[in-house]
Amino acid sequence: MNQSKLKRSDIIFGKYTPTDYNVLEKTVKRPPEEIISDIIKSGIRGRGGAGFPTGLKWKYAATLKSDEKYVVCNADEGEPGTFKDREILLRVPRKIFSGMAICGYVIGAKKGFLYLRGEYAFMLPQLYKDLEILDAKLKELALDFSIEIRLGSGAYVCGEETALFESMEGYRGEPRNKPPYPVVAGFRNKPTVINNVETIVTAQTICKIGPEDYANLGTTDSRGSKLFSVSGDTPIPGVYELELGMTLADFVEEYGDGDTKAVQVGGASGFCVPRKKFAETIIGFEGIPTGGSMMLFNNKRSMYHVLQNFLEFFCEESCGQCTPCRIGTQQLRDGLKAIKDKVKDEDYLETLLGLTETMKLSAKCGLGQSVANAFKSIVENFTEEMVY
Amino acid sequence: MSETIELIDKYVVKYGRTREALMPLLQAIVEEKNYLTRDDMAEIATRLNISAADVYGTASFYAFLDLEKRGKYVIRVCKSIIAEMKGKKEITKTLENVLKIKVGETTADGMFTLLETNDIGWSDKEPSMLINHTPYTDLTPDKVIQIITEYRNRH
Ligand SMILES: Cc1cc2nc3c(=O)[nH]c(=O)nc-3n(C[C@H](O)[C@H](O)[C@H](O)COP(=O)(O)O)c2cc1C
Ligand code: SF4
Repeated sequence: MNQSKLKRSDIIFGKYTPTDYNVLEKTVKRPPEEIISDIIKSGIRGRGGAGFPTGLKWKYAATLKSDEKYVVCNADEGEPGTFKDREILLRVPRKIFSGMAICGYVIGAKKGFLYLRGEYAFMLPQLYKDLEILDAKLKELALDFSIEIRLGSGAYVCGEETALFESMEGYRGEPRNKPPYPVVAGFRNKPTVINNVETIVTAQTICKIGPEDYANLGTTDSRGSKLFSVSGDTPIPGVYELELGMTLADFVEEYGDGDTKAVQVGGASGFCVPRKKFAETIIGFEGIPTGGSMMLFNNKRSMYHVLQNFLEFFCEESCGQCTPCRIGTQQLRDGLKAIKDKVKDEDYLETLLGLTETMKLSAKCGLGQSVANAFKSIVENFTEEMVY
Repeated sequence: MSETIELIDKYVVKYGRTREALMPLLQAIVEEKNYLTRDDMAEIATRLNISAADVYGTASFYAFLDLEKRGKYVIRVCKSIIAEMKGKKEITKTLENVLKIKVGETTADGMFTLLETNDIGWSDKEPSMLINHTPYTDLTPDKVIQIITEYRNRH
């Protein structure tokens, strides 16, 4: 077998001591400013998809004056092809809780929430057991912080941070206008730090190993390592922790089945990369950033079916609040089918591509805005498959 | 109905008579009875002091808050693209055959409801499905038949 060109890492799952909260104990003895400075120095950016620098988010929240502040861990993980947060929740939950408590200490929040997707409700018994241990530790450290778990109920859009707050407050999961951003007015309109599960665990790890060791991983633009959910036409599906900045060609060499025709990077709301662009495509913020969903398709697969599956997903999961997204997703699904069925001719693809541009500009949240990513990259790279 | 009232009381104690109690309450009733009736929603509305339309509007937004009568065991087969590539169609067909119902229907004895749902987070082990909260992965038609038989034997 060839020597792998990928750089593996093992900081998320590695060194898990089930009974202690040592990192938390050590960290909360340091001044908050020092911890924030470490998180900024490490270069970590949000792992939920948008990639906002985590240290800056925490710093801003810490400077705000408010009677109440909140820490929310986003465990909605609804992006098709993503399952890395599931593994974190199952294998190292105490790193999540300890990271949330550290964040609470740093920004001055007394209350944290884990928003867990309904599909992961089976994890609750174990998570509650781990929370009991955390509570005991917090009491021992005399830290005024507690964590509550709130469940989702099968709506992908609730992973969007403001929709998530609406859901936690007892409303339909409809995204709010931004600004104000969550850090200013989030849950209950109070300053809120919301981070992805992996971001929180990584921040906790940085507190443990120090920012220098962490920043040594990855590239200048994409510091650190990240979890990838690898699925589809691969002999070895699973969760892998890799340093950022690899090329897609190296990735496919490791995980492909020898016949890879395309990789969908970042799930249904991400981008499709065809074989001819594998070598030039870098996975990271300097190339294609990703929440970690990597779906491989081989030559036997119809990219038309792939795209239709994604469009059906968006039609069902659009919250319906704004017209470009509610109607646009349906128009794209029906229009693409009409071309395939020869009811419309090939030129109609241009009209549909124009529609995705409109959606990108006028949809209210990331769901509607990102439909263009998959649509455009699949249609432009596999035009024949759409038409014939 | 009285059990619903008991449940509501319990949650009102925990979350207060606030709008924030709504989701946990709706989820608890679905947990208990597998779906929400009009009466349940009206009762919640009165207790939380919000309109029944508001309760319905919220519940209807969420795929897992069922407003139609559901069986004791709700089966949700994952229909993501990866699930499709790994043989989801055959899994659904097998379920339809053993349960003698179509997707969207409930068995006459009220035991099973068969549904399809978007990605449930097991793309590394497709095909997959949830039965109530429990995930079943790496499914084959044989495995599906065995699982259903086990559920039937519980009664
Ligand atoms: C439609 C939609 C769904 C999203 N789903 C998730 C999700 O499941 N998990 C997540 O962490 N972020 C999700 N996000 C991103 C969040 O809005 C937010 O950016 C993230 O939780 C911030 O955390 P981070 O900075 O640690 O990445 C979603 C965004 C959109 C637009
Ligand atoms: S873009 Fe779509 S999901 Fe987002 S607010 Fe508009 S309708 Fe809702």
